[in-house]
Amino acid sequence: MKAITIEGATKNFGPVQVLKGIDLAIEPGEFVVLIGPSGCGKSTLLRMIAGLDDLTSGSISIDGRRVNDLAPKDRDIAMVFQSYALYPHMTVRGNMSFSLKLKRTASQAIGRAVANAANLLGIETLIDRKPRELSGGQRQRVAMGRAIVRKPKAFLFDEPLSNLDARLREQMRFEIRKLHRDLGATSVYVTHDQIEAMTMADRIVAMNGGIIQQVGSPLELYDEPANLFVAGFIGSPAMNVLSASCIRTGAGTELRLGASTLAMVERGLDGVSVTLGIRPERVRLATADSGIAAELVLVEPTGLGTVAHLNLGGQLLKLFTTERPRISAGETIYIRVEPDDIRLFDPETGVRI
Amino acid sequence: MQGPDTRRRLLWIAHYLAVGAYVVVALFPLFWLLKVSVTPNSLLYSEGVRLWPSTMTFAHYVSVIRHTDFPLFFVNSTIVSATTAVLTTLIAAGAGYAFSRFTFRGKFWLVGLMLVTQMFPLVMVIAPIFRLFAPLGLTNSLTGLIVIYTAYNIPFAAFLMQSFFDGIPRELEEAAMIDGATRFGAVRQIVLPLTLPGIAATLGFTFTAAWSELLFALMLNSRQEATTFPVGLLTFVSKFSVDFGEMMAAGVLALIPVCVFFLLIQRHLVTGLTAGAVKG
Ligand SMILES: Nc1ncnc2c1ncn2[C@@H]1O[C@H](COP(=O)(O)OP(=O)(O)OP(=O)(O)O)[C@@H](O)[C@H]1O
Ligand SMILES: [Mg+2]
Repeated sequence: MKAITIEGATKNFGPVQVLKGIDLAIEPGEFVVLIGPSGCGKSTLLRMIAGLDDLTSGSISIDGRRVNDLAPKDRDIAMVFQSYALYPHMTVRGNMSFSLKLKRTASQAIGRAVANAANLLGIETLIDRKPRELSGGQRQRVAMGRAIVRKPKAFLFDEPLSNLDARLREQMRFEIRKLHRDLGATSVYVTHDQIEAMTMADRIVAMNGGIIQQVGSPLELYDEPANLFVAGFIGSPAMNVLSASCIRTGAGTELRLGASTLAMVERGLDGVSVTLGIRPERVRLATADSGIAAELVLVEPTGLGTVAHLNLGGQLLKLFTTERPRISAGETIYIRVEPDDIRLFDPETGVRI
Repeated sequence: MQGPDTRRRLLWIAHYLAVGAYVVVALFPLFWLLKVSVTPNSLLYSEGVRLWPSTMTFAHYVSVIRHTDFPLFFVNSTIVSATTAVLTTLIAAGAGYAFSRFTFRGKFWLVGLMLVTQMFPLVMVIAPIFRLFAPLGLTNSLTGLIVIYTAYNIPFAAFLMQSFFDGIPRELEEAAMIDGATRFGAVRQIVLPLTLPGIAATLGFTFTAAWSELLFALMLNSRQEATTFPVGLLTFVSKFSVDFGEMMAAGVLALIPVCVFFLLIQRHLVTGLTAGAVKG
């Protein structure tokens, strides 16, 4: 049985359709990350799972039970809001025990559950403070604590780390994953940060414009993007996108970028213009005799490696290498790409060929 | 550096002078009220303009309490004002919450209608109200006053409450509902404690409005038993003279319930209760 099943879910706000038919099945214990640009409907989908927004059409089931008409309180899910939404007039303890009190849990059991959760999150010493006496990172932990004391069927996270600084974000990323490993609860995590998605997800759901673009493991999305949107959204520096054409020659059909032949492609593509995608780290430095000449526009050292921005026959191309080549802007350098590393897309629809 | 420092000090002085001037202007009539109430009748016109009379007397107070119906008017006013304040605030809280949180058909027109009711001068509606109230037995009764005050104060109070609800992040209720509360439960346990300043302000505003209302009280009620304090004050103005001393003494006494009321609610009249709810 699936933990959460979403079938044909749509959502209209007035005349605007923000979700245009979402189908998604989430396995028990899975950590699913919803990713997409701002305004694509991630929060709306999450709120519909939580029961905070109604569906316009379609259905949502939790543990095999249709929950369309079930109030949030009866869905047994926990949610961590982007703004944390801590109850300002209650202490950390009050915040964390609120849900258990509503369920009329015995007070010893509440005490134990709160102590456990506080311990797990390292906030034991803050337990009697009010939210206004906490830092952003501490509030974030309390919000997490409020969710985990309940042992719910599923956790929903709406960009829980977006208000934290980079350092803390990295640490919390790790801790949320660890928590998930320890608790094993089904989790749906919304973010627009592709690094969070790559590092945390069992499966990534990439969304754009209210439509799911691709569902798969992080590496699937990285290596085999289903369309140009996913190709451009996942990975940093982003995948190179260039226009190329397929030309029939005596040897077969060649994929040409300007005057250079990059690879041989199937016969069917004769005479077609395509969009070519290649990851910056798959563009390699070569020697003058075997490579394609490109003009070096800009060199960015990142510490981990070097990003070189190249001008290749009027199109921009990025190259990433962890070696530290001695190159500088204005030079002409030579590059090569492996045919296996090339992804082709339809320039009109953006769909992978 | 000398320049900016002096400049800041001058600004600071100007700021406090302005505030001070405002306070003096606002409080001077109250001071005069107090002064006249303790001035013996014999000195009222004989001493010229003085800040404080040469001898003080509480005779006016004694006579107001002993020999007039003012104690009765006070009780009437207190009953009317307190009931109005509580009723209005209850209803306004419900309406304000709905305006703040829900979208529903006709909301625009409802809000518009409530605004329109605030545009007419009271004098215009007194005659029709009287015609409506008389057959219902609501004239010459405190109930009638409570009904009309409540009705008349609800629009403003509802908008006031709405602005307080607007200040409370919706996500707090949503979090509570996900935590297992019903909407009503979320409002009671999360929103209500955070709206106490708003409720206190609305109570205070309505109480004072009802306490000092004169027009309806004068026109709808003529019997002594149903007279409120502002109407009672007018009885000191006779055709031939005005008994300033007693009138002022009654006025000072009338301030007491309002002061007590504000003392009771002032604890809640502080903002900043939602600090820490959301990021920041
Ligand atoms: N209550 C609402 N009324 C009208 N439109 C809404 C409402 N809530 C959201 N929208 C619209 O729906 C779209 C999707 O919003 P949503 O909050 O789901 O985006 P998101 O993917 O979470 O974006 P972000 O990353 O910025 O949080 C947006 O275009 C937004 O303007
Ligand atoms: Mg969002």
